[in-house]
Amino acid sequence: MNAASPPTLELRGVSKNFGSVQALREADFEVSDGEVMALVGDNGAGKSTLIKCVAGIYTIDGGQIFFEGNPVTIHGPKDAAKLGIEVVYQDLALCDNLDVVQNMYLGREAHDPLFRLREAPMERRTAETLKSLSVTTIRSVRQPVATLSGGQRQSVAVARAVLWNNRVVFLDEPTAALGVAQTRQVLDLVKRLAEQGLAVVLVSHNLVDVFEVADRITVLRLGREIGVYEKGKTNEREIVEAITSGAPAPEETEVVS
Amino acid sequence: MSSAAPAEIQAAAEDQNSLRAILRARWDAIRSGDVGSLPVIIGIVAIGLFFNSKTSIFFSAVNFQNLIGQMAGPTVIAIGVVFVLLIGEIDLSIGFLSGLAGVAVAYYQQAGTGHDYPGLVALALAILVGMVIGFTQGSIVAFLGVPSFVVTLAGLLICQGLILQILGTAGVIGIQDKQINDIANYVLSKNTGWIVAIVFAVGLAAAAFGSYFSRKRAGLPTGNILLTTARVVFFGGLAFAVVHVCNQAKPRAGVPLVGLIVLFLVVLGGYVAGRTTFGRHVYAVGGNAEAARRAGINVKLIRILVFMISGAMAAMGGVILASRLNGISLESAGGGTILLDSISAAVIGGVSLFGGRGRVSGALFGGLIIGMIANGIDLVGYTDAIKLITTGAILLAAVTLDTVLRRRQAAAGR
Repeated sequence: MNAASPPTLELRGVSKNFGSVQALREADFEVSDGEVMALVGDNGAGKSTLIKCVAGIYTIDGGQIFFEGNPVTIHGPKDAAKLGIEVVYQDLALCDNLDVVQNMYLGREAHDPLFRLREAPMERRTAETLKSLSVTTIRSVRQPVATLSGGQRQSVAVARAVLWNNRVVFLDEPTAALGVAQTRQVLDLVKRLAEQGLAVVLVSHNLVDVFEVADRITVLRLGREIGVYEKGKTNEREIVEAITSGAPAPEETEVVS
Repeated sequence: MSSAAPAEIQAAAEDQNSLRAILRARWDAIRSGDVGSLPVIIGIVAIGLFFNSKTSIFFSAVNFQNLIGQMAGPTVIAIGVVFVLLIGEIDLSIGFLSGLAGVAVAYYQQAGTGHDYPGLVALALAILVGMVIGFTQGSIVAFLGVPSFVVTLAGLLICQGLILQILGTAGVIGIQDKQINDIANYVLSKNTGWIVAIVFAVGLAAAAFGSYFSRKRAGLPTGNILLTTARVVFFGGLAFAVVHVCNQAKPRAGVPLVGLIVLFLVVLGGYVAGRTTFGRHVYAVGGNAEAARRAGINVKLIRILVFMISGAMAAMGGVILASRLNGISLESAGGGTILLDSISAAVIGGVSLFGGRGRVSGALFGGLIIGMIANGIDLVGYTDAIKLITTGAILLAAVTLDTVLRRRQAAAGR
């Protein structure tokens, strides 16, 4: 949150249309190293679309994405990965039939010039990464992901982001399907990511979670950014109002079309 | 922090290597639905004992030799099926595609026709035919999203039509080329057989112990050294036993060359599936295609390549079948139970129809079971009716087991 350096990732006036539906209308967004930025909004506010644009699943129709102040174009998942942007999806995007190591390295396996897998270094780094995040409940990194609990699966998905020395990590509803203890685990993990210097974006409906871990909160409504709030200078009521009515932006009047 | 980690991982690895811990982990896996090759081994033993009690010829050397030749075609085709099933698709064209490849290999060696190429060239052309058809089918599935069931059903009909068209009025092409006929009919000399067994055993030991020590050096769980040794001794011993039995056969003692071809293709396929990035991506596409796509894997390319592998393996299997009969005819070209035998072999070998689970070696085990049933029933003198019913029942049992285990495995994670 150093004012002098540009944000790690910034979106300026980004639009995305699906036929006649405008999912994003000149939306702005930014996140910096070492901070947890929450991204909140009602269903259909454009959160998922924004994530997919940054991840390279969708290409944007207008506006510009900046990485460390430089304009970039993201045309596919590989572009996003190259920049160091990792998205942990709500459905986790894990292969149940593969084990923890195989999932952590999915699509980026270590191999020799003959495309033979180099299992030993992969297994070793997986174990070390999980340990550095204090994920201790996974018995063996060689067990299939299908046999893990919801919280463990979430941990694997998050650890994948760390393993690749990513700069920006998007977490899409990471606690939605979890119980109390597992939610605790994941929120601790989110804080640890920011402490390790990553720019973390937490997308959530759960304002209790958001207020616990976020430094700043961006509110999206109907594809537009309504405002960015410092956690210390706002409260849940203000955020809820922003989400539901877009109230705190006075120049913006309710559009009934 | 990172300097302290390896020592602790190593310590954890040490306890994981005790025989007791490994057995417990294995038992846990079985209870949560990951039975591995257990049902197949039980099946092979049970079927062997049954037929042995019915006829003494079943365990004779010459019948063993014969069994290898009989199961070779379907087993090789089943290797391709394993890859297709692993990505969660199906290939119904393999039966008549194998027939078409048999026609192709016979056609391209036909003497005095202007297209009489040397045997190995004809073989390469036949496999090329399989790969081109696989590429076409795979492209339609990958790019247009047409279900593979329908695409390959159409492929089945087209291949059948092409066979009818080419064989035409004659209805049969004989194979005179020695190289092609040798594929299924040549037997290795006794000493060559022993050399093969030695090479196999040494290779097996090198792979197993090499992996053991490289993992140990990296401080990772290695498994138990006794268990690793036992495995090497068992499979190495099995190779020597096979050679010994085949060398007793009369009138032509020795290991059939085709057995060696099958073994080579199974090992190669297992290596590609288990040890290469391509293989890893095949499993990923079968497990969760969307996750694979988001991870940057070229899912379309994987699908196309897998259908090409399926086509190539079906073609190789077809060449073996044609070679065994020294020719190809309308009756033998890809018809009968070859399609279902090959798919059954893969499924009985533990490859899931739902994608992402199974090993290439399953094709060998499944092919062995299918081959043993067909062979045993012929020997005992039961009718074809019994053969079909038995194979069907075993296939049903295998698919049911797969479905139940899959549900169990999914439930174990929650």
